[in-house]
Amino acid sequence: MARFIWQRLLQAIPVLFVVISATFFLVRFAPGGPFSQEKAVLPEIKRALEAQYHLDQPLLVQYGNYLGDLLHGDFGPSFKYPGRSVNELIASGFPATAELGLYALLVAVILGMAAGLMAALRPHTWRDYLPMSLAMTGICMPTLLLGPLLVLVFGIWLEWVPVSGWGDVAGDKILPSLTLGAAYAAYVARLTRGGMLEVLSQDYIRTARAKGLPERVVIFKHALRGGVIPVVSFLGPAFAGLLSGSFVVETVFQIPGLGRFFVQAAFNRDYTMILGTTTFLAVLIILFNLLSDVLAAWLNPRVRGTLGEKK
Amino acid sequence: MSTTAEAIRYERGTSLWRDAWRRLARNRLAVAGAVILAFIIVACLLAPWISVYGYEEQDLVLGAAPPSAAHWLGTDTLGRDLLTRILYGGRISLMVGLTATSVALLIGVTWGAIAGYFGGRLDAMMMRIVDILYALPFMIFVVLLTVVFGRSILLLFLAIGAVEWLTMARIIRGQVQSLKCQEFVEAAVSLGLSRRAIIFRHIVPNAIGPLIVYTTLTIPAVMLLEAFISFLGLGVQPPMSSWGSLISDGVETMEEYPWLLIYPGITLSLTLFALNFLGDGLRDALDVRSSRD
Repeated sequence: MARFIWQRLLQAIPVLFVVISATFFLVRFAPGGPFSQEKAVLPEIKRALEAQYHLDQPLLVQYGNYLGDLLHGDFGPSFKYPGRSVNELIASGFPATAELGLYALLVAVILGMAAGLMAALRPHTWRDYLPMSLAMTGICMPTLLLGPLLVLVFGIWLEWVPVSGWGDVAGDKILPSLTLGAAYAAYVARLTRGGMLEVLSQDYIRTARAKGLPERVVIFKHALRGGVIPVVSFLGPAFAGLLSGSFVVETVFQIPGLGRFFVQAAFNRDYTMILGTTTFLAVLIILFNLLSDVLAAWLNPRVRGTLGEKK
Repeated sequence: MSTTAEAIRYERGTSLWRDAWRRLARNRLAVAGAVILAFIIVACLLAPWISVYGYEEQDLVLGAAPPSAAHWLGTDTLGRDLLTRILYGGRISLMVGLTATSVALLIGVTWGAIAGYFGGRLDAMMMRIVDILYALPFMIFVVLLTVVFGRSILLLFLAIGAVEWLTMARIIRGQVQSLKCQEFVEAAVSLGLSRRAIIFRHIVPNAIGPLIVYTTLTIPAVMLLEAFISFLGLGVQPPMSSWGSLISDGVETMEEYPWLLIYPGITLSLTLFALNFLGDGLRDALDVRSSRD
């Protein structure tokens, strides 16, 4: 297991390198720059600004310097928020995004697994069709529509919950978390149903039942363990989706998170901020994928044995 | 070309397709999806003839009005007919869906077929790249591409297409791997055909079933991405509209004029529903195991 994790971490290094380099050159070859949009910036001032941020040096030198700084964990200064470093900005935006992502993931796993279990235990009855059609709705209803609709109905018409903000008023975290989690809850429900149906038809479940174990033990102890493996492997990619999905949710609900920073940085050509957020998110996603693979392996003894070996 | 391989493929092909067609026709949800989809597509295509209003025609005196006999779905803040704007916006949304999916299809099929056919180290390397790309936050790259290279619709197609080809490549690779050992491929090899001809004329057409299924499932994913980008204000620029940008406009005024959010929203969701049901139905009909769930 340790060897497997080690291997994956080593593999992540070239991946990160490619991501950083691609992003670096992509933003640099694009038209416009961080100081070209400001009105009435005198050429001398612009030159001075560029000199201050070393933008006047050859591109490859800048690239080398950037990579060097990055090795020390330094993302550099932000171009649009003078005097603040990208590290600070990420640190200020990340807690909200992480919290939102965590709640959304909880919504997805709890709601999704409950619905999937309910469906799998009574397949082809209304207890199957009802949650599964809800899941289909969840998949077809984009966050950018679900969010505003929830705000309209529960925030504006019924006035049950606050319509925006994050941590300002009690209950303002409910709608964003539900919005972001809904689509993933739907996927989790479908995966749970599929996984459980497959496991429930296997011999060892029949054995467990034949032993006279109570149904509760059969389902939750024997079947669930195998049935949730697809869900666990889905969590890694889901996390990546949650992070990028949070762009929209953060925009709709005006949450000061990383997603909004990133979109603004992209608009403003804030080179270091774009690179910093991209790198940061890529690292997070790689780690999370690894975590979900490890977890899935731990649940499935057949995979566990093969992990350390080379394929 | 008139080898036995060709003949066998032909015979198996027809019966398979007829079977699949019957199974599809019995799936009510899939049929309903196909009908709704056809209706929406035809309505959008015939927009100039259906609607008596111009697409940019403003009526500032009227302003935002709720649905009425003259304006079936109401008007927006500039007095433009919402139905007209939804129909014209649908042209953009559907076009993005189709074009970007074609781009994804082209890249995915080529990539997957080459990896699957040649196997070995090339395959390992190519699929490793796919694995890596899978793990990355793609929205970031789409946002970056659209911001960086201007907001042309064409670019939007390419950016989205370049993102959505991964699963396609995986599916095709699996198909090709199992097809390349069959006799008709051996026959083609012994006839001395070039590798390109073997891959694209003999192997890929046999993988068409999963291809169709996955294409139907990619279109909604792509349309969602477009809506997403337009929602962030990076996609289609006014006065043009897509369903995503209409929803985004609707959100701003949803408190006073909820219909501006609700009708475009219904249209988008209904289309996504129809496509997903049709895709699921096709998958069941053609009995394809998708890697999606």
